[in-house]
Amino acid sequence: MSIQERQEEIIEEFAMFGDWMYKYEYIISLGKELPLIEESKKLDENLIKGCQSRVWLDAQLKDNHIHFTADSDAIITKGIISLMIRVLDDLSPSEIINSDLYFIDRIGLKEHLSPTRSNGLVSMIKQMKMYALAYQTKINNG
Amino acid sequence: MVEAVGSKFIVEEVRKQFPILKRNINGKPLVYFDNGATSQKPQSVIEAISNYYSNYNSNIHRGVHTLSQEATQAYEDVRLRFQRFLNAKSSNEIIFTSGTTGGINLIANSFGKYYLKKGDEVIISEMEHHSNIVPWQMICNQLGAVLKIVPVLDNGELDMSAFKKLLNSKTKIVSIVHISNSLGTINPIKEIVELSREIGAKVHIDGAQAVQHMRVDVQDLDVDFYTFSIHKMFGPTGVGILYGKEDILDEIPPYQGGGDMIKTVSFEKTTYNELPHKFEAGTPNIADGIACLEALDFIEGLNWEEVHLHESELLNYATQELKKINGLRIIGEAVEKASLNSFVFEGIHAYDIGVLIDKMGVAVRTGHHCTQPLMKRFGVEGTVRASFALYNTKEEVDQLIEAILRAKKMLG
Ligand SMILES: Cc1ncc(COP(=O)(O)O)c(C=O)c1O
Repeated sequence: MSIQERQEEIIEEFAMFGDWMYKYEYIISLGKELPLIEESKKLDENLIKGCQSRVWLDAQLKDNHIHFTADSDAIITKGIISLMIRVLDDLSPSEIINSDLYFIDRIGLKEHLSPTRSNGLVSMIKQMKMYALAYQTKINNG
Repeated sequence: MVEAVGSKFIVEEVRKQFPILKRNINGKPLVYFDNGATSQKPQSVIEAISNYYSNYNSNIHRGVHTLSQEATQAYEDVRLRFQRFLNAKSSNEIIFTSGTTGGINLIANSFGKYYLKKGDEVIISEMEHHSNIVPWQMICNQLGAVLKIVPVLDNGELDMSAFKKLLNSKTKIVSIVHISNSLGTINPIKEIVELSREIGAKVHIDGAQAVQHMRVDVQDLDVDFYTFSIHKMFGPTGVGILYGKEDILDEIPPYQGGGDMIKTVSFEKTTYNELPHKFEAGTPNIADGIACLEALDFIEGLNWEEVHLHESELLNYATQELKKINGLRIIGEAVEKASLNSFVFEGIHAYDIGVLIDKMGVAVRTGHHCTQPLMKRFGVEGTVRASFALYNTKEEVDQLIEAILRAKKMLG
């Protein structure tokens, strides 16, 4: 599935939730499911500091595709991370670098990306793209 | 001191003066429990700002024309009102600032540079807001002075016996918060002042969380400096007051240079203006400064005995109801405590609670509340803080409790 198809799928899923409560129940359940980052990867160098909640992110390259694992100490943040990973996981670095994550806005979670939330999500997106850029450079340099 | 002899305190009547309290969030009536961050404003304050811009906007202290005279008069009247509000001896002791942070930076720089030498000591506490930590850290680093920290006890009170031990002949200034924004602890200011006097140290008190909950008399407290922000006491943002004893303010150098603070300027030598203008460089926040009058009218028009009763009932009720919630722990249970509750949950992040109860109309603050060393002291990343104002009600506390229970269930 392309990034766009993945995002459309999520938007469709969320369209079913009339009330904010069902939406958040779903996000919370995603947060509970998200495979935790390995404890060994929960290092300070993988930590993205927001003042409110913390996010750990790791990226590995396999067959020229990037695989993300992540975690957060706040479950709602974790649920949203899980959606982002669903959109950006297992893609080539260039696809990730050029991605436009519009689904967050469309499913009504834009407020979580506001800088005042300082929950680490904005920095996480930036970090995912940074990883992609780094791996891209690595691939290009053979 | 001017006693507020307002009429009987009826919370419903007071609420009517605050238009924002009629708002709904997600179809639920707004419950505003983030008063520690900033309070809401009565209609009179809101109108005063637009009235100023509509009718007599002009720069102050400079013009001979009518508008400038009117604005200057209104602005200086507010200074006199703050003098009365704090029971200061002279209006020369009332310096307009941009807020508590602005005031503390002024003291740290101006007083600090004048008084502090290498090896001198500055005492603050573990429960200070970053605004009362960082400016002191900066000036101490610059001058080679040493920052000393009074620890906090498990119940959220200052460790006064540790404070006594910290005081010594090298202590030049003690800078302590009046009411902790994260714990609600009301510190024993008079005792702090008396002890500091014995060794000749000056005292600054950060009153950002105090002036909206109690009447403050600077002569009675006998503090050297007192700072606060008007936006937390029902007034506009962008204005603060620094009270300082006149002899000290006279002695210490100006902080910022510019217009208004000078007497004469030449390239060889500038002479400074008299107090209070010496500390007020540049065009101030005139509109919001003038609108402070309405905030003062509002506060001084209240019957404070009844406000205290109302606020302590709110606090007691909220404390009692919060404690019934499984896995909830209140941080800060000082005997003398203002109307706010900070709490954490077993296994649940404060952020998650904050996000969900916002959806149910309840506005609280989550995080470290600009007191990271204090959070570290209590071994938490952050807390949920519900801070009450005099316009809050028990029914709103009920809505908070209901929202927390529902959020807990969703997260559980
Ligand atoms: C105890 C305390 N000190 C200082 C401040 C800083 O106030 P301001 O941001 O208005 O300068 C605050 C406000 O958050 C506070 O609660």
